Amino acid sequence: MIATSEPAKDVAATPAIGAAPEPSRVLAVLRALLRHRLGRIGAIGLSLLLFCAAFAPLLAPFDPAEIDYEALLEGPSWHHWFGTDELGRDVLSRVLYGSQTSLQVMALAISGALLIGVTLGIVSGFLRGWFDDVAMRVVDGLLAFPTIILSLAIVAALGPSLTNAIIAIAIVNVPDFARLVRGEVISVRELEYVQAARAIGMTNARILWKHVWPNVRGSVIIYASLKAAAAIITESALSFLGLGVQPPDPTWGSMLSTAMQYSDAWWISIFPGLAIFITVLSLNLLGDGLRDVLDART
Amino acid sequence: MIGFLIRRVLQIVPVAIVMCAVVFTTAFMLPGDPTLTILGENAPAAARAALRAEMGLDRPIPLQFIDWLGRALTGDLGKSFKTGEPVMDMLLTRIPVTLELTILAITLAACIGVPLGIIAALRRNSWVDTLVSILSISSLAMPFFWVGMLLIMLFTLRLGWLPPSGYVPFFEDPLRNLQLMIMPVMTVGMAYAALLMRQTRAAMIEVLLQDYVRTARAKGAAEPRIIIRHALRNALIPVITVIGLQFGGLIGGAVVTETVFALPGLGRMITNAIFERDYMVVQGAILVVVVGVILVNLVTDITYSLLDRRVQL
Repeated sequence: MIATSEPAKDVAATPAIGAAPEPSRVLAVLRALLRHRLGRIGAIGLSLLLFCAAFAPLLAPFDPAEIDYEALLEGPSWHHWFGTDELGRDVLSRVLYGSQTSLQVMALAISGALLIGVTLGIVSGFLRGWFDDVAMRVVDGLLAFPTIILSLAIVAALGPSLTNAIIAIAIVNVPDFARLVRGEVISVRELEYVQAARAIGMTNARILWKHVWPNVRGSVIIYASLKAAAAIITESALSFLGLGVQPPDPTWGSMLSTAMQYSDAWWISIFPGLAIFITVLSLNLLGDGLRDVLDART
Repeated sequence: MIGFLIRRVLQIVPVAIVMCAVVFTTAFMLPGDPTLTILGENAPAAARAALRAEMGLDRPIPLQFIDWLGRALTGDLGKSFKTGEPVMDMLLTRIPVTLELTILAITLAACIGVPLGIIAALRRNSWVDTLVSILSISSLAMPFFWVGMLLIMLFTLRLGWLPPSGYVPFFEDPLRNLQLMIMPVMTVGMAYAALLMRQTRAAMIEVLLQDYVRTARAKGAAEPRIIIRHALRNALIPVITVIGLQFGGLIGGAVVTETVFALPGLGRMITNAIFERDYMVVQGAILVVVVGVILVNLVTDITYSLLDRRVQL
């Protein structure tokens, strides 16, 4: 999966969200998003993922770790809708439980990256000077690494586990958020109302919170949704290479890794792959929808 | 132009230093003691201490970093703890495989993505445009390794047209080499084709709305001439940039793809070295990848500045 930046085309159907009062603004964004054709599909897909993750214990017909030597590599049937794997475990149950891992990685890694990246970007862009110079050189250095290579190196250094995969994915996403936010802050800090706020003696912290952040957060939200999709792919790639979540915990990536050895049993590779595909597609569509709804330029 | 080049090259220096520090630190943090890897789990403490001193591992980390950097600049990336083979020699056998995969993938992506992007832009909001958009957005949502597995299932298991995996050097047997590279190249190339489709479509739509295109039409220029001479030439500038800037992602895709198709490239070298805790190899291979990405970005910037003179200002 690759990050994309093309302005989406389905704009006409979605009115731009102007300067509505704060509480109703979120609702207005949600309403506009649901009116947006692609955004609606993305929102439904993501809701499905959330539902599967939240109710996996109720939805899964079997325990995801339950081994059944009587049913090794059985194809899809009424008993096992998605078939069974090489240990006779139910693939549907493992796909459902795998959604919990994906959601956890996505939420925690992107939250971590947001927290550090946005803070770094805001401070760099607002203060400028030596701090900005040093921070941006570090960011540029990290951006030179292909995402998967840097994630691999970090996970290798910390040891393969779910927590370390989350840390690695968070770290590799920090530079992107820092760069984006810094650029936005630099363009906002010179605007007249920010200069006016400074002239009437407002503190930097208050200016950042009241005037700069509200102008930056739209771009951050859009970018976060696209980065969440990339985080799912990175986690599954790490698990696929054996450096993510360790067995017997089910993850979509590790299920595909096992499926490599059993190419004849198509159901072990098709269903976890479809789960990744639908999730990433939903997040990308949601990101496109949010861009149209939140970004007045599109 | 020379001023721009000097400025651009100087900008690389701090980035390269940060990047080298990250590579060194990360590989240095790999769990496990390299002396145990070399001497075995039951090696006596004295022998391990002597080896640590011989390898310079008992010196302060900043000194080790400077020493490593100095040697790296002369092409000495150390020796594999596992095999004793110089890392540079190992890299020289692996780089051509990854390079072949990425070059062929870029070529395939450009051959599919650019024409489809142009067609989608010219037939904007038609069924062709919708189809191209669906294809590109779907391709972008598929993980490389899954695409690879699907291709093996289709072309090897179902149709029996292609061998599942393996590698033969191009100069040894060109036909067999290309036959074995078809699926890996399709795996990496399809995602990039999708990206190029989106970029070309967006750039073409923007250019087709420009005043000079309208003027050319008003003057009665033929449509093919307008598209090729006025629109495409300008629309391709950002597309070329995207091809260059996505090189890093392409290498990342190659890492995973090499695992699926058992290609002996840089990606498999890195993952194997990580599992074997062979940190000299990890350091060397990652360094080569990142230096490659920085150089390709530099070449992209220079190409862009040659195509669009405003960049040099």
